[in-house]
Amino acid sequence: MTDASVPQNLAPPPAEVEDVELYHAHSWITKYVFCQDAKVIAIQYAGTAITVGILALVLSWVIRLQLAFPGAIPFIDANVYYQSVTMHGMIMVVYMLTAIFLGGFGNYLIPLMVGARDMVFPYVNMLSYWVYLIATLVLVSSYFVPGGPTGAGWTLYPPQSILTGTPGYDYGIILMLVSLILFIVGFTMGGLNYVVTVLQARTRGMTLMRLPLTVWGIFAAAVMALLAFPGLFVACVMLLLDRILGTSFFMPSLVELGERKDYVGGSPILFQHLFWFFGHPEVYIVALPAFGIVSDLISVHARKNIFGYRMMVWAIIAIGVLSMVVWGHHMYVSGMDPWFGFFFAVTTLAIAVPTALKVYNWVLTLWHADIHFTTPMLFALGFLVTFVNGGITGLYLGNVIVDVPLSATLFVVAHFHMVMGIAPVLVIFGAIYHWYPKITGRMMDERLGKIHFWITFLGAYAIFFPMHYLGVLGMPRRFYEMGDTAFVPASAATLNIVITIIALAVGFAQSIFFYNLFRSLKYGAPAGGNPWRAASLEWQTPETPPGHGNWGKHLPVVYRWPYAYSVPGAPEDFLPQDAPPLRGEHSP
Amino acid sequence: MSVMGLFFISIFSFAILWLARQGVFAAHWLEEGEVANHRRPAATEPPPAAKVGLAIFLAVAGCLFSLLAAAFYMRGDAPDWQMPPIPGILWFNTAILVASSVALQLALVAARRAEFERVKTALLIGAATAGLFIIGQIWAWRELLELRFFASSNAANAFFYLLTGAHALHLVGGLVALARTTDKVRGEGRVTRALTTSVELCAIYWHFLLFVWLLMFAMLIGWTDGFGLICRRLLS
Amino acid sequence: MSIAIVMVLVVAGSILFHVLSPWRMTPIASNWGFIDDTMGLTFLVTGAGFVAVILFMAYCLYRFRHEPGRRAAYEPENQKLEAWLGIVTTIAVVVLLAPGLLVWGQFITVPKDAIEIEAVGVQWSWSFRLAGLDHQLGSSDVRYIDTTNSLGLSPADPKGQDDLLVTSGELHVPLGKPIKMLLRSVDVLHDFYVPEIRAKMDLVPGIVTYFWFTPTKIGEYEILCAAYCGTGHPQMRGKLIIESEADFEAWQTAQQTFEQSRKSAASQDKRASAQ
Repeated sequence: MTDASVPQNLAPPPAEVEDVELYHAHSWITKYVFCQDAKVIAIQYAGTAITVGILALVLSWVIRLQLAFPGAIPFIDANVYYQSVTMHGMIMVVYMLTAIFLGGFGNYLIPLMVGARDMVFPYVNMLSYWVYLIATLVLVSSYFVPGGPTGAGWTLYPPQSILTGTPGYDYGIILMLVSLILFIVGFTMGGLNYVVTVLQARTRGMTLMRLPLTVWGIFAAAVMALLAFPGLFVACVMLLLDRILGTSFFMPSLVELGERKDYVGGSPILFQHLFWFFGHPEVYIVALPAFGIVSDLISVHARKNIFGYRMMVWAIIAIGVLSMVVWGHHMYVSGMDPWFGFFFAVTTLAIAVPTALKVYNWVLTLWHADIHFTTPMLFALGFLVTFVNGGITGLYLGNVIVDVPLSATLFVVAHFHMVMGIAPVLVIFGAIYHWYPKITGRMMDERLGKIHFWITFLGAYAIFFPMHYLGVLGMPRRFYEMGDTAFVPASAATLNIVITIIALAVGFAQSIFFYNLFRSLKYGAPAGGNPWRAASLEWQTPETPPGHGNWGKHLPVVYRWPYAYSVPGAPEDFLPQDAPPLRGEHSP
Repeated sequence: MSVMGLFFISIFSFAILWLARQGVFAAHWLEEGEVANHRRPAATEPPPAAKVGLAIFLAVAGCLFSLLAAAFYMRGDAPDWQMPPIPGILWFNTAILVASSVALQLALVAARRAEFERVKTALLIGAATAGLFIIGQIWAWRELLELRFFASSNAANAFFYLLTGAHALHLVGGLVALARTTDKVRGEGRVTRALTTSVELCAIYWHFLLFVWLLMFAMLIGWTDGFGLICRRLLS
Repeated sequence: MSIAIVMVLVVAGSILFHVLSPWRMTPIASNWGFIDDTMGLTFLVTGAGFVAVILFMAYCLYRFRHEPGRRAAYEPENQKLEAWLGIVTTIAVVVLLAPGLLVWGQFITVPKDAIEIEAVGVQWSWSFRLAGLDHQLGSSDVRYIDTTNSLGLSPADPKGQDDLLVTSGELHVPLGKPIKMLLRSVDVLHDFYVPEIRAKMDLVPGIVTYFWFTPTKIGEYEILCAAYCGTGHPQMRGKLIIESEADFEAWQTAQQTFEQSRKSAASQDKRASAQ
């Protein structure tokens, strides 16, 4: 391993990037619609994801209204409630968070951050977006079929998901499964691109240990997604066959509402295994890019190198590997062999160690830093609070015996919203405020951004922190009305009303963000190429927004890691990755 | 689940080895200057992106088939499980698929030696045999359906159709790629580097699908029942 | 700057909320007090971690906020510090995990003298079955389900004839005796959930699952379903009544056996056809 640090020959090595023929748009359609430029595809992905995300936000209001005022809202009945729960969950987890982190930020940032001209397979990349769009359209179309969308819960557990006691069992569930299958096909195309681009298209000098953590996070998430999504794929195909052809993969013999069904011997637990084999890595598929982005935001805005970069990379790898073997913690009370509980509790709690190390390193980055409280920084700090809070409640649910009373209660709902709902969404906002100047050439309004931050952060915390306590009390999730239940005091209903009011307010406050987003397109202050004075490669492009092919005539050459902030002896408090070395080739 | 365990141990050990070679665990990350990008002797070229892409796709497909195999064994535990008789034509199909793989390997050898005509012939033979294999698979399906082994009558039948179907669909995808390669051969009229790469990718994919098929066939015949038994023992 | 203050307020508010919250665990009515203890321990350990991390962060935000002339230190890593933090975290995790696993070991080891009671879930109600005089439950299968045999007991199995069937959704159990709940579903996933018992488990159609507990407090408790089972999920309720052994015996003798229920159903059929 020693010779890697020595330049192998003094003459500049040949460009390592293959001479790929760059795709050129010839018309408006190929430039903005069927475009193969990763930057445009990124915008398309993000735009679609945010659009369905808004739908999911509206659905969450339906859920909250029902929980606060059961029976008082005329258009909400049990069917609508369960359909909203299902669609909200599925959209947020798969169609919004996965798509925006990998398809949106991945497409925009990977080529720029590794110093490539584009993704290695631009055509496949374009195809990936269009398949994703079709998948979302199929999903949304389930609102227009008889019976409406499926109300099976986002986990789609059979037998219930394809039986008559569940809304949307006739067409909604079929459309949901088809949509997921399409999504996975489209995602696999994109995922291959992200991974191969990181592996193959890095510019000269960009070793793996000089990648910004954002790229590391997205890269690891893409690898995990490629390995985890087949689980969901297999589960969806088999469930679809059970529904359409009447096979018995998951369906045991059963009598439903007095009627004997033809299924024999299937195993509902098998579905749960396949589903969570995907479902748990999915949490980290969302979290790892967020981890990476937060590292970069904190480092840039605290003007300090990320503390313990090496540990951060190892932690990402360790989390990625471990997260593939913890899925069983979603199934402690599923009736699977209870001996598995020991194994999955150990692996689950083991993940806490690398995750905690990441948190320590973020916080330690602030030590002796020079912290600028910009909007992206505020969002990153908000992420830290919500993530630490949501992370430690994971220790309750991962520890098998403590999970027994808490599983299937609102504690679980509060936990996963805090850790993989609010925390990643705060990162998405922070990232948009941070990279918006690069994407558009203009700054977003800081004052509006800060108002947006305070409402979103404090509001979201106020929604989900108290919800844990309803779970501790024992209130189960997925109840569209509690009715008269002896152990639930009247104060719980009051709390539900308070939560709903805050949720509505926070939801509407997002219009501040959208107003800012669109207004700044035209009226934002011109940003220049590197408004945050950041060191990583994407801020060093010759043009802003980056032109076609990103880099002009020559690819950049990388001389150092992306976190050279406040280096002693340097003239400024940051050293771009592609700035030639200060003194000699080998400063320590 | 043991199937997935095996799959992951192999994938992850490969990945970790690779990361170690890339210097992720080494200590020179803070140095300034123009370090060599990849730890690769200057003489060898980097593998083409398409090849790396294929390797990763094979990992994904491998994951898919491993999951199907895991589901096969877990579901096979149930008392209602009754494997259908294996149509004799599958033996013939296996031989054809081996021939197809051999043909593509010969095409690759010929391409490396720049023997244009042989590449063409070998590719055509490869495509024809692969097509024949798919027809043979459909034949096997028909045979089973005529004997009234429906997917809905027993989960074992359903698994038979699902596994063979998934495999055949992958092969159909491969045939599309192969058709494009053959098309390129016609258009170019000589062996180019890009063409050799395409032929190589097809050959790798074919060998992969042959490997998957052999395991799958063994599983369907019941040669791996012992393995399933071991899985169950390990888990209970 | 203001964010540092807000962080401190968030921590203070969270602790205050925890102390003042009227929403606490229901008074326990089973032997699973260990679960509550483990949860209390988890709260202490994780709560301390949360407070420490966020307060430290708030301090950094205050102390190292940008001021003219400030320049950050350059400190790529500190392996010793990271190793220490890793070790401390590992210890904390082991402290949480070890008791958790011990209790889980008890949870999955059913006492030999436990009374077996079967709970059957159907969309959307609960039924129960207790062993009769022979102290054994007969076999069952969804094949046998019809209008006179809603739980699908095997008509041919002699062990099942004296089984007591409870279809009112009200289950009585004796105080202080370990009970093994056998769980069976005839349609979809359900979950036998009584908050005061703490333990819960899914009902999975096709297999029989179980858990055990010992009732420790006389009273009437609500049985809910905790695995989403269709639109009637919230209405799927039952009652668990923990009572003295004498009361339990009395209740038991008042229940119909499988044989009796078949006979009365048959005679009703006869009457219906005679009319």
